[in-house]
Amino acid sequence: MVILAQFAIGLLLGLGLVIAGMSDPAKVLNFLDLAAIPTGGWDASLAFVMAGAIAVTFLGYRLVLRRDRPVFDTRFHLPTATAIDARILVGPAIFGIGWGLAGFCPGPALTALTTGGAPAWLFLLTMFAGMAAASRLAARTPAPTPALHRS
Amino acid sequence: MIATEFTPVASLLGGALIGAAAVALMAATGRIAGISGIAARLLPPYADSGLAGRVAFVLGIVLAPLLVGLATGTLPLPQIEASTPVLLLAGLLVGFGAVWGNGCTSGHGVCGLSRLSMRSVVATAVFMAAAFATVFVTRHLI
Repeated sequence: MVILAQFAIGLLLGLGLVIAGMSDPAKVLNFLDLAAIPTGGWDASLAFVMAGAIAVTFLGYRLVLRRDRPVFDTRFHLPTATAIDARILVGPAIFGIGWGLAGFCPGPALTALTTGGAPAWLFLLTMFAGMAAASRLAARTPAPTPALHRS
Repeated sequence: MIATEFTPVASLLGGALIGAAAVALMAATGRIAGISGIAARLLPPYADSGLAGRVAFVLGIVLAPLLVGLATGTLPLPQIEASTPVLLLAGLLVGFGAVWGNGCTSGHGVCGLSRLSMRSVVATAVFMAAAFATVFVTRHLI
């Protein structure tokens, strides 16, 4: 049951990405191209994706976290790290450069598995390799931040 | 560059669905809907028993465009501009950076900001700035 629920939630998230247009790297890159604002080539759509997602999550979390526990677990698993250390600066900086190069972040890369053909598969291949490399390096480095993954 | 249409209504609606999924995952499993964290833990080592659920979650994301294609009769195709070497490099940076920074656009940008996590505010500001700068360099300087 919990596995079926996670499938349905993944499907919902994927539908959101597709309907929002975020699954299209061209749209993402056109949003990230702030220098195109004066010439009219800027696509502001992604600001609306963020606004819609954050509004619903902000309100929904407040309702859900009032409960004693989630439906399929005994407790909530919220991230506990609070330190603003080097990793919380370096990781997102590297991530942002990669995102700006191709217009893919992990969710849209996954939706492109079925629709993006070989270019999407190549991106996913090195994306998982990069994830594995970071996990191995993190396991070897005595990290000041406890949880490796936001889980 | 490929011109794209400004779609405020569809984007707001899609964003709301993304938010609904994040809320549903918290309600169901008590966990943050961080796609990079969930995807990264499809790889070994498997420290817990949640693998089947993570596979199901990722499978749902992967199959979503096919459902849209079935419902509308038009498969939503991503328009990929980057060349093969750029895609390979970008994937590596996105994968490494997301795990090194404990999250990506979904985990920090949506869930973390909604929890008012200072780490996520910093992470989101940094990856947005890096992405804006990267597109400026690739589109307007080189």
